[in-house]
Amino acid sequence: MDNLLSIVTFVPALAALILAVFLRGDDEAANRNAKWVAMFATSATFLVSLFILSGFNPQDTGFQFVEEREWLLGLQYKMGVDGISVLFVMLTTFMMPLVIAASWNVTDRVKEYMIAFLMLETLMLGVFMALDLVLFYLFFEAGLIPMFLIIGIWGGANRIYASFKFFLYTFLGSVLMLVAMVGMFADAGTTDIELLLRHEFAYADFSILGIQIVGGMQTLLFLAFFASFAVKMPMWPVHTWLPDAHVQAPTAGSVVLAAILLKMGGYGFLRFSLPMFPVGAEVLTPLVLWMSAIAIVYTSLVALVQEDMKKLIAYSSVAHMGFVTMGIFAANQQGVDGAIFQMISHGFISGALFLCVGVIYDRMHTRDIDAYGGLVNRMPAYALIFMLFTMANVGLPGTSGFVGEFLTLMAVFQVNTWVAAVATTGVIFSAAYALWLYRRVVMGDLIKESLRSISDMTRREKWIFAPLVTMTLLLGVYPALVLDITGPAVAALVANYDTALAAAEAASQIASN
Amino acid sequence: METILLFAPLVGAILCGFGWKYVGEVAACWISTGLLFLSALLSWIVFLSFDGTTEQIQILRFIESGSLSTDWAIRLDRLTAIMLIVITTVSSLVHLYSFGYMDKDPQWKETESYKPRFFAYLSFFTFAMLMLVTADNLVQMFFGWEGVGVASYLLIGFYYRKPSANAAAIKAFVVNRVGDFGFALGIFALFFLTDSINFDDIFAAAPELAETQLTFLWGEWNAANLIAFLLFIGAMGKSAQLLLHTWLPDAMEGPTPVSALIHAATMVTAGVFLVCRMSPIMEFAPEATAFITVIGATTAFFAATVGLVQTDIKRVIAYSTCSQLGYMFVAAGVGMYSAAMFHLFTHAFFKAMLFLGAGSVIHAMHHEQDMMNYGGLRKKIPYTFWAMMIGTLAITGVGIPVWILTLGEIPIGFAGFQSKDAIVESAFASGSMYGFWALVIAALFTSFYSWRLMFLTFYGTPRGDKHTHDHAHESPMTMIVPLGILALGAIFAGMVWYGSFFGHTDKVAKFYGIPYAEAGAHGDAHADDHGDEKAHGDDHGKEGEHHYAFAGQPGEGALYIAPDNTLLDDAHKVPYWVKTSPFAAMLLGFLVAYWFYIVNPELPKRLAENQRPLYLFLKNKWYFDELYNVVFVGPAKWIGSFFWRRGDGDVIDGSLNGVAMGIIPFFTRLAGRAQSGYIFTYAFAMVIGIAVLVTWMTLSGGAN
Repeated sequence: MDNLLSIVTFVPALAALILAVFLRGDDEAANRNAKWVAMFATSATFLVSLFILSGFNPQDTGFQFVEEREWLLGLQYKMGVDGISVLFVMLTTFMMPLVIAASWNVTDRVKEYMIAFLMLETLMLGVFMALDLVLFYLFFEAGLIPMFLIIGIWGGANRIYASFKFFLYTFLGSVLMLVAMVGMFADAGTTDIELLLRHEFAYADFSILGIQIVGGMQTLLFLAFFASFAVKMPMWPVHTWLPDAHVQAPTAGSVVLAAILLKMGGYGFLRFSLPMFPVGAEVLTPLVLWMSAIAIVYTSLVALVQEDMKKLIAYSSVAHMGFVTMGIFAANQQGVDGAIFQMISHGFISGALFLCVGVIYDRMHTRDIDAYGGLVNRMPAYALIFMLFTMANVGLPGTSGFVGEFLTLMAVFQVNTWVAAVATTGVIFSAAYALWLYRRVVMGDLIKESLRSISDMTRREKWIFAPLVTMTLLLGVYPALVLDITGPAVAALVANYDTALAAAEAASQIASN
Repeated sequence: METILLFAPLVGAILCGFGWKYVGEVAACWISTGLLFLSALLSWIVFLSFDGTTEQIQILRFIESGSLSTDWAIRLDRLTAIMLIVITTVSSLVHLYSFGYMDKDPQWKETESYKPRFFAYLSFFTFAMLMLVTADNLVQMFFGWEGVGVASYLLIGFYYRKPSANAAAIKAFVVNRVGDFGFALGIFALFFLTDSINFDDIFAAAPELAETQLTFLWGEWNAANLIAFLLFIGAMGKSAQLLLHTWLPDAMEGPTPVSALIHAATMVTAGVFLVCRMSPIMEFAPEATAFITVIGATTAFFAATVGLVQTDIKRVIAYSTCSQLGYMFVAAGVGMYSAAMFHLFTHAFFKAMLFLGAGSVIHAMHHEQDMMNYGGLRKKIPYTFWAMMIGTLAITGVGIPVWILTLGEIPIGFAGFQSKDAIVESAFASGSMYGFWALVIAALFTSFYSWRLMFLTFYGTPRGDKHTHDHAHESPMTMIVPLGILALGAIFAGMVWYGSFFGHTDKVAKFYGIPYAEAGAHGDAHADDHGDEKAHGDDHGKEGEHHYAFAGQPGEGALYIAPDNTLLDDAHKVPYWVKTSPFAAMLLGFLVAYWFYIVNPELPKRLAENQRPLYLFLKNKWYFDELYNVVFVGPAKWIGSFFWRRGDGDVIDGSLNGVAMGIIPFFTRLAGRAQSGYIFTYAFAMVIGIAVLVTWMTLSGGAN
């Protein structure tokens, strides 16, 4: 199958098309059909994507399963995966059936809802596989639309504000990226990512309006991409759209947002910023590292005082993404390995945590922490699962949450001990806010009258969590499952980065002599 | 065999925790207990048949990234073997004890099944603790380290309806995390410098670390000292040493068997184990070990003073634990790792017994824990009384001073006598007078509060609720039997293993698998130097004939003793007044307690009134909790709030949204339309917009 990637990418879109064209009516049966079509399509996508994983050769650090076709307007359609992107593809296909299952109780505009999620899956997969700038940009930006609609239509009371905040933040960031892409094309004469990765962008210093730009063109390009990816991550201080978006989004929307959409920023750094603009990256590394460390401490402290469960978890997500950017810009094997691991692991853990909120939100229709307390008395299974993911969230060894944090911290220690020390305090704060949340929601005596008849998780809910529990523990105990795949590709990335920097260093010395 | 030993508790935890619905509550609990006894049996076999050679068993790959390569593996050496028997013995007995103690717990309703959960947690804890001590690298150790932390969190918060228990559980976890912060940085520093976190590599690199400078935060540091210091911060958290001790007394919210197992015998000693395990680094880190000595000595003293005035029976023992851990750290700090392990070993027996005995008292008194409501229980619960008596004799260090009578070379006395004296003598021999005097004074206080506990509980007239007293009853056999077995340990453990832990160099070296050599010409000269000290009285007659010195390289054997560390010999040669001082302190403490609580029971109250500020200072534990609340907890919440409302709200949203806010209302009006069924038109418009952008880009780019 030489078009495996396209099949995986477009099966959900095809299902969305089928729903849009053939499914009529708004009755019970139509809704059920919409759900089953979506479930079938996402499951099929996952099963087919397993062929990608099984056929993937980690030792080959180049792109695999590459497809290249002529497209309209003289553009090219090029897809491929390597050790850095393949696991994001798998994460996406793995999460989507669970997301659909978690949406089983949606009653409002079910068909449109399922279409939005199916389109979203196609676009997210496209982002991770695209090997052409234009294609990447299309997927990257178009992905905003379904998410925007999901928040704006099926969201909470303040959804319009949140959806526009989400849209504007991420879109405005991307405009700069677009400009940079134009610049890249002008410089390199191609939009093929594979070729761009080999192209050396200019890094001679120059000055604009009297301001000296160290690292020259690369720094500017880096900054432009950074604007977009930093918002997507999100990094402090452009993170404030995320808590609002999460709070207003429906449960499934939050899961996708946290588990997959946030990873696009990190993926972008690894695909573009680090390998294409190494000199620019190096110039700005101290800034990014400090932004990461501040993010970890700042958002952890903010999480400590939240009254809304989803907001708390959203802030905790920002903190965890801080480890990712920190690892990436430590730019060594442990750092990048750790960053990828952290992103994958965070996909499972934060997804599960938002699902945990969803479970009780479905029952009580409030996310207010004070409205709960003592759930363990009536919901032991829920208490157990929530406990597991709380512990995974605080990075307990034995869960996947540990490996990423550990590796990224270890990596950054080699680069900057101050950043490492500040970021490591995150392990204290995360324990404080996560356990404090757990205590207020789950522990204690059940005294609130409204909770007297709350019921434990249903069989469906348990089945949604089962795969997430499995992955969290499996990766925690045997992280080689991920690290074996990423290792060689990351080693190549780091080696190229170091070579490029050494070359730039040598060139500048020659120039100064 | 080691693998079975290690995983049996995990299997027990899983079967018991998830399988009890299928096999029934009682069967589930017995399964986990049975597996634990199996584990204990295998541990003793391993310990007794161990020949001193380090063994490594690889199980599974763990984190591998670039040059970092770690495995799940078992490292079996003498240190591990000692910990194995301590952990599994106490744990299996605690499992057994829990059948009685947890039966018909009034915290729970008739219909609730809490026992399988309790046993599953206990077994899980044991597994995590075993992972900690069998680790062959620092990551696996960290896994066990945090794993026991979670188990501790779950068990402290076992009575999840009690707010105080929940608060204590969180406190324990978070304070431990403060320690883990240091531990983690230590691991990172080690990896940075040695490119590995496997013990063999680290130990081999230790001499080099001593020569290395590392830039860390604001300064340049000696690498060995810095790493030792950072690792010790981890140990301070886990072992409740001063500054990070506040969680341990609160941890008494957990059921009493938990206090015995986790917060007395095993988990809290993990810090001591860590320092001993890292002896090759510690030996090259003089400043860090001096710090360890000071912290240990101060903790021993501080905790003992607080123990003097507590009235909750479990809290007295908790502070006592804190204090005894201080002793162990002094031993490790001055370089007598073996004495630290010795005290760890004996302490596990008598402290577990004291806790289980206290549990038995609490059980008898219908969960009354205030000693002021006890009194005269000696006749009511005789077995418990005798168990507590043995525990008290052991912890206070009752024995026969060596200048009166010894058994060959072995001092005669209860387990705590040999191990505590070993530490006090080492402290003196090392020249740390602060350590020595702090420990002697702490020994006096230890004796006082221990006897105070005995007198208040078992002697005098019954105070408190009469009905409870009348119905006080001896505990069932499942609780008495573990007490009996531990009593054997509390009496004999010191005498049986004295030679191995604190005997002659060759014996100790053999025990730990450390290479040793007969001290040559240098050794003879050495003996001459010590000629006048011998005149003070050398209790080792054979010393002149066989003189051995440790001759291992870092990483050989379970401990590394530097060639210039002659403490083991020196400690045996301290003057008699030093050897007798803990005994004298013990005796004095007993007499004062006897006078205060038997002869003149009104005296303590009067003293408390006369010395009110001092009394309140001790009663409130030196106000550490209050201080931390003001300095850390409050500000953290305030800063969080500030960042959220001012930072996120005003500054970031204020400025970034400032622009957007002008636009949003406009879009919001548009969105109203999107709501009313035009979503597809709307989405389509957006796609078109993006397509236009892209087309423009392609065309303008193509024009270049």
